[in-house]
Amino acid sequence: MTQDKRRNPVLASLSVLAVLALYGLPFLRLAPNRLVSGQPLDFFSIVDGSAWLLLVMPVALVGLTAAAMFKPRVAWLWAALAIAAAGMPGLLWLAANQASIQLQGQLPIARVSVGSAFWVTLTLLGFIVSSALQQLRANALQSILVATAILMAVGGLLASGACSDLSLIKEYANRADGFVEVVARHLQILLLALVCTLAIGLPLGWAAHAHAKAGRALLPVLNIIQTIPSIALFGLLMAPLALLAASVPALGRAGISGVGLAPAVIALTLYGLLPVVRGTLVGLQNVPSGITQAARALGLKRFQILIAIELPLALPVLLGGVRTAAVSSVGLAAVTALIGAGGLGSILFEGLFANAEDVVLLGVLPIVALGVMVDTLFKVLMRLANRSVHPW
Amino acid sequence: MSHRLFWVAALLAALVILLPHSAPLFSYVFPQLERPVYTQEPFVWLLWQHMLLVGASSLFSVVAGSAIGVWVTRPSGHFFKPLVESILAMSQAFPPVAVLALAVPVVGFGELPALLALALYGLLPVVQGTVSGLQGVPATQRQAALSLGMTASQCLRYIDLPLALPVWLSSVRTSVIINIGTAAIASTVGAKTLGSPIIIGLSGFNTAYVLQGAILVALLAVVVDLAFESWAKRVAWQH
Repeated sequence: MTQDKRRNPVLASLSVLAVLALYGLPFLRLAPNRLVSGQPLDFFSIVDGSAWLLLVMPVALVGLTAAAMFKPRVAWLWAALAIAAAGMPGLLWLAANQASIQLQGQLPIARVSVGSAFWVTLTLLGFIVSSALQQLRANALQSILVATAILMAVGGLLASGACSDLSLIKEYANRADGFVEVVARHLQILLLALVCTLAIGLPLGWAAHAHAKAGRALLPVLNIIQTIPSIALFGLLMAPLALLAASVPALGRAGISGVGLAPAVIALTLYGLLPVVRGTLVGLQNVPSGITQAARALGLKRFQILIAIELPLALPVLLGGVRTAAVSSVGLAAVTALIGAGGLGSILFEGLFANAEDVVLLGVLPIVALGVMVDTLFKVLMRLANRSVHPW
Repeated sequence: MSHRLFWVAALLAALVILLPHSAPLFSYVFPQLERPVYTQEPFVWLLWQHMLLVGASSLFSVVAGSAIGVWVTRPSGHFFKPLVESILAMSQAFPPVAVLALAVPVVGFGELPALLALALYGLLPVVQGTVSGLQGVPATQRQAALSLGMTASQCLRYIDLPLALPVWLSSVRTSVIINIGTAAIASTVGAKTLGSPIIIGLSGFNTAYVLQGAILVALLAVVVDLAFESWAKRVAWQH
């Protein structure tokens, strides 16, 4: 292998970038109130005599990753990984601690928010951790352990109340009561849409498999729906639904109207159909015909073959389609806030229209976290399904 | 130009011209509205702004995304491929609207955050498509080219890139279509696009505005998608 002799510059470049971002961009912002973007505070202004560790850690990280570039020793890689992993909760602690210091002697409405140096460095540290794990060829268990340790440290910091002086946490505290409901609403939209998508998409996918002609007619239609921008689809559903609710009062009383849950769930269902139908179709097509023929020869009925043979074998590909639908719904559900469906998007847009950065983040961060969780859930399900299809 | 593309494009053009004169129709459907037709900006201008925003950001996405995709599949950049792949996988959980909202604190309101968010978000599918297109080139074909005496760059130019073109093109199509939709939402951050009638209509309970904007945005997306489809048919030489 000639390639392995070349030097891998990934970790060293990431570390240098992280240090540049940490020192070059504003680390915190101090504002007299929540609506002003405030004065930037850079990292150097935080470092005083007692905080020499702050200077040692970045230097050690760059040194270790540079050394590992020339001689990829396992110990150096693990040490770099440990520094980067510790740096993630470390940054949060530092920001929170500094926020409390900066707020002393300020009016109660003064705010300290984390600046771009915080987010960029945090992201780069995350990349360093994942790249180091890749270079170490860490197994799944080791990766999960590292991720859990970081998440628990960050979660512990947040739960301990040490971060309560950060503006983002203050915004959360302001709406902590309603927050669970907002998340529940977001999940409600997602689940309703997913159930509807599956209830319509699975039979359609099967029909497209059983009748090739139907499939050729169906997929272009679903493709066009996918093409229509989300906000336009909401808009196009609004008028007919409003008309429907007005002409059939029973539907209106049942909560169907031009705005709110109904158009949101219908639009998300329509968007989810293409990946689910395609996943079902391709999954069923991939089932080896020998297996279904054998099942038929054994005297299984068509329905039995579908349930006992075809669906389990199609499951991994089918789940891939459902995963695409589910993950994209998380983001699309955020846009439904514009048509009054609520959910995390309502926090996002509230912050956007009020020009309050931390409120935007309070909407965005849970959306991204939810997206990652849904994605991970389906990844695990797909692995389980794959294992049951190919147990050897 | 396929039949369907021609007719949908003609419909879009006709609507852009005729909508400003459609007040009687909309006031018949929505009798309670005082102003049944969006007149704050001409629809032609909004369409032009929308296309300009998507065009400029997509140009950046395509150039930068293709460059990154080619780079990580070359020996000089192959160390960065796992990193790029994990960024791409992670970005699945990042919806366009989140990128848009996060661009505002960085560059303020207006066209700029929209341009930034669209360019960044459009990058991802292009990188993905370039990488998987280049990886899908059969190794035997590359070996044949190299054994004929082609240099690595000749191999890239005459073998890899043409063979990766269909996959690359479909990723560009995805990227542009996503950007058309995100540009519509970008009117929430102050950009003037075909999304403006929708957003203004939604906040002012004017369903007619919403409908006018929605129809135009949807048609624009369908026209562009059909144009890509007929382009894709022309480069589908693999089959």
